[in-house]
Amino acid sequence: MSLRIVVCVKYVPDATGDRRFADDLTLDREDVDGLLSELDEYAVEQALQIADGADDAEITVVTVGPEDARDALRKALSMGADRAVHVEDDDLHGTDVMGTSLVLARAVEKTGYDLVICGMASTDGVMGVLPALLAERLGVPQVTLLSEVSVNEGVVTGRRDGDTATERLEASLPAVVSVTDQSGEARYPSFKGIMAAKKKPVESLDLEDLELEAGEVGLAGAWTAVDSATERPARTAGTIVKDEGEGAKQLAEFLAGQKFI
Amino acid sequence: MAEVLVLVDHVDGAVRKPTLELLTLARRIGDPVAVALGAGAEATAGVLGEHGAVKVLVSDAPEFADYLVVPKVDALQAAFEAVSPAAVLVVSSAEGKEVAARLALRIGSGIITDATDLEAGDGGPVATQAVFAASYTTKSRVSRGVPVITVKPNSAPVEPAAAAGAVEALAVSFGEGSTGTKVVSRTARESTGRPELTEAAIVVSGGRGVNGAENFPLIEALADSLGAAVGASRAAVDAGWYPHTSQVGQTGKSVSPQLYIASGISGAIQHRAGMQTSKTIVAINKDAEAPIFELVDYGVIGDLFTVVPQLTEEINTRKG
Repeated sequence: MSLRIVVCVKYVPDATGDRRFADDLTLDREDVDGLLSELDEYAVEQALQIADGADDAEITVVTVGPEDARDALRKALSMGADRAVHVEDDDLHGTDVMGTSLVLARAVEKTGYDLVICGMASTDGVMGVLPALLAERLGVPQVTLLSEVSVNEGVVTGRRDGDTATERLEASLPAVVSVTDQSGEARYPSFKGIMAAKKKPVESLDLEDLELEAGEVGLAGAWTAVDSATERPARTAGTIVKDEGEGAKQLAEFLAGQKFI
Repeated sequence: MAEVLVLVDHVDGAVRKPTLELLTLARRIGDPVAVALGAGAEATAGVLGEHGAVKVLVSDAPEFADYLVVPKVDALQAAFEAVSPAAVLVVSSAEGKEVAARLALRIGSGIITDATDLEAGDGGPVATQAVFAASYTTKSRVSRGVPVITVKPNSAPVEPAAAAGAVEALAVSFGEGSTGTKVVSRTARESTGRPELTEAAIVVSGGRGVNGAENFPLIEALADSLGAAVGASRAAVDAGWYPHTSQVGQTGKSVSPQLYIASGISGAIQHRAGMQTSKTIVAINKDAEAPIFELVDYGVIGDLFTVVPQLTEEINTRKG
């Protein structure tokens, strides 16, 4: 039987650019380039490896985002995913993590899945809670923050490196998995992969397709509100000395003055 | 006064510092009621009471260790229903955030993660966050339900405040989903004797400039002279010079210590995202153009192989 893998990915602003807020205190997407969140590349990679080890598997990559978010899907398809689902709707603007998890859960259910794979966090919001929320909504086990993952005969196993201990985890499919940047380097798309991606199907869904009301998502449907966003004042220029033999001593003097020694 | 639920982060009854910081913040909003789960839960009550917990709800059911995350969500939900608090506070650890998020969803509440400060507001607690690699500071509120907020370590001072700390057993009925993910084995990380990275008051980090695993003892010696934790940049971790658990940055750990010393780290955006909220930043780098110098309170342009050992010696002498 075919193993149905769904990878959830996010289109994020490039962190090397200047990210800022729009007037409504949502992310300003106008002035900054977007790309597939780097941490999601690891999820795509693990999906490809799990699919390679399965008798028969299909990888669907899903994203929620504006028109440009299609770029993130294309990247995942060029890495080797089979097909893509793009959830796009004007009413999604300003959706918070609760709303995003709702939309993704509906999209994943509609697609059909045995295994959902996510990155450990997005590189913009960096909350890292979406995989757990998705598992809660889908009512399936969460096997999250894995640095190693494998699937055999309907059971997913993995290694989770926590603050104080390393755990070996095990759960039966269906399940939601998230992987860290230690799970294995993500492959670069080959030229052949990039060409093949152009022919792969990308399905577009809106809120109506997912049987969701506008009020359940978007800025109005968010369960949190940002009251203000202030650009951090530039740090007052620090003292910088060149070491000409006294550098360490001068630094020790500074640390002592600040009561660190 | 309203009650505020605080989930206790502890190891076999030893309460970790970020939880004591949470109690300081919780008192700004109401009366802290602590929830301690797992082996040693009851042993936490003493120190929690000394830091303002009016009540400590405990459950040491084996499910908390045997299965991942969900049993703790079931327990926190049981505590939530028993207490009807004005807010729920959890430490921003990886597990803490997952527990908090699932609880928030179950009780129909919004969640704020990685708060760096918390104050009482007219419409409930107002959380400060540092976003976009700490280039912005935001103030946010939970607008629906009872606020669930996770707070980063080092966001508040630990302030003792005597309270009853009365222990009460928490009755938890575990849901069907609680046994979904089995913890097959758990290996405690070997202790380095140094403070844990995310909660350390001082962090000393090494990067590409350290130029090999064999040179990391230089960084460790400086850390030990200051009683600090050791961190590493992604370049150093990817090169295999230091374990990933010590990686500071966007894809590693986010730290916010009183003092951060970066040695041989250029300060790429990836790294800055994980340390920019440090109170005092110091860098040692031979490249005067390294972007890290834009952030520093004090910078030394120089060879870390000269400066770091001299600094370690100087500190040890002054302490001696």
